[in-house]
Amino acid sequence: MDSTPQFFRHGPGPFARLGFFILLSCLLMAEDLRFKVFPEFRQTIAIMIYPLQKAALFPSATNAIIKQLIGNFHLLEENAYLRERYLRDSEKLLRLRALESENKHLRKLLGAVNTIETKTTAKAVMAEILYTPRDPFSHKITLNKGNLHNIQAGQIVIDNKGIIGQITQVYPLTAEVTLITDKDHSVPIQIVRNNIRTVISGTGKNNEIELRYLSVNTDIREGDLLATSGIGGVYPRGLPVATVSEIKRHPADNFAQITGIPIAGVDRNRQVLILSFSATLPDPSEKLIKESSVEPKNN
Amino acid sequence: MLSLKIIDESKLHPHKYFSRDMLAPAKLWYVLLSLALALILNFIPSQSFSLSARPDFAALVILFWSINQPQRMGMSIAFCIGLMMDVHNAGILGHHALAYCAIVYIASVFRRRLRIFDLMQQAPQVGLILLIMQGLLVLIALLNGSNLPDWTFFLASLTGAIVWPLIAFILSIPLRPRPDSETI
Repeated sequence: MDSTPQFFRHGPGPFARLGFFILLSCLLMAEDLRFKVFPEFRQTIAIMIYPLQKAALFPSATNAIIKQLIGNFHLLEENAYLRERYLRDSEKLLRLRALESENKHLRKLLGAVNTIETKTTAKAVMAEILYTPRDPFSHKITLNKGNLHNIQAGQIVIDNKGIIGQITQVYPLTAEVTLITDKDHSVPIQIVRNNIRTVISGTGKNNEIELRYLSVNTDIREGDLLATSGIGGVYPRGLPVATVSEIKRHPADNFAQITGIPIAGVDRNRQVLILSFSATLPDPSEKLIKESSVEPKNN
Repeated sequence: MLSLKIIDESKLHPHKYFSRDMLAPAKLWYVLLSLALALILNFIPSQSFSLSARPDFAALVILFWSINQPQRMGMSIAFCIGLMMDVHNAGILGHHALAYCAIVYIASVFRRRLRIFDLMQQAPQVGLILLIMQGLLVLIALLNGSNLPDWTFFLASLTGAIVWPLIAFILSIPLRPRPDSETI
């Protein structure tokens, strides 16, 4: 067969080739969704496309530089505004400190167990959103901080108003954030008005999250503020998540259909904060607690 | 003979077809460069509406090469480009890879027919191929349990068809034969 000229050798036909590649990609998808055997594979491709992504950012980067040059003229104004804002906020902070110490004191008086850490000193790293993906199936964004900036998977991302999401994949220079609107993402929350605990999940739509499995007679109203409950140890306590926008109670269903709007600018902001929050979970080595403790939910 | 009569001869212009320039075979670096540029265009961050209305440049370039120079664009290259798109999109690995392989296959089946038409006439057909590709993407996402995307998602096929003549023209510029000064 060696005598066949190069021209006539085509290898397998197009249909066979298509079959091969469909099989290959199906295997890859199964691996990626279920088993996650080769996390390095994704990392390698991410490093390969990094220069291309950097090149794609070039127009917006130059735009930002020009904006900054123009913005320098407004610095005095901005400085005055920020100074005023700082004074106002520091007054609030002082009041918060007073409240905190008062709270501690009252707790002591009540003899309450001091389990809930009132730590507000979670370490924060500023990051910038590089891009939101083009296809509507994944609710993830990419930040410009990665392994090299000590970012780890599981850290949470907030903006000035509330929670945006959680870091789920870290590359050397970038990190992927799963938004709270992602279909597979849930946050343990509390209704601020009456402290009912529940879990809120994304719907896979932009700017909409839902409370699943809340019975029809639960005390919840439109406009209720939902904040993190701190249960589960991934999210710190008391960060605003969403407000309830619509409640539908069908007599036929066991559960009410409750949807909310995220408070944070999940699809708006450019700058975000990455919090490294260490939860004070009970020590699993203690036998007694071990049996009653709940596994921290990561997703 | 019968099949020839079915074709509306007023729409096919054999003299136009034969007078068209033959494209010179492309160098591998040129193909890879065009793919890299297409990926960069795909990676440019943008806002919600322009994001969904932006054509998939990588798919267009892959289509161009697999229609015009199939020896340069195999399914393996398309597969790799698809994987890069998946990692960039933070999606399932293999999602776009499968879709890009499918368009290479479709192009390999309809290649000879597509090449009869000029670029303007090719545009709606390319739009249809892109629509099939997007349908595949949606199908895979649905199997994974995603919601059905907005109708604006399919705008990308329309805009893809609109920019096709332009992209195909730009890509073929370096491949056109230079006018030979010795012919009379």
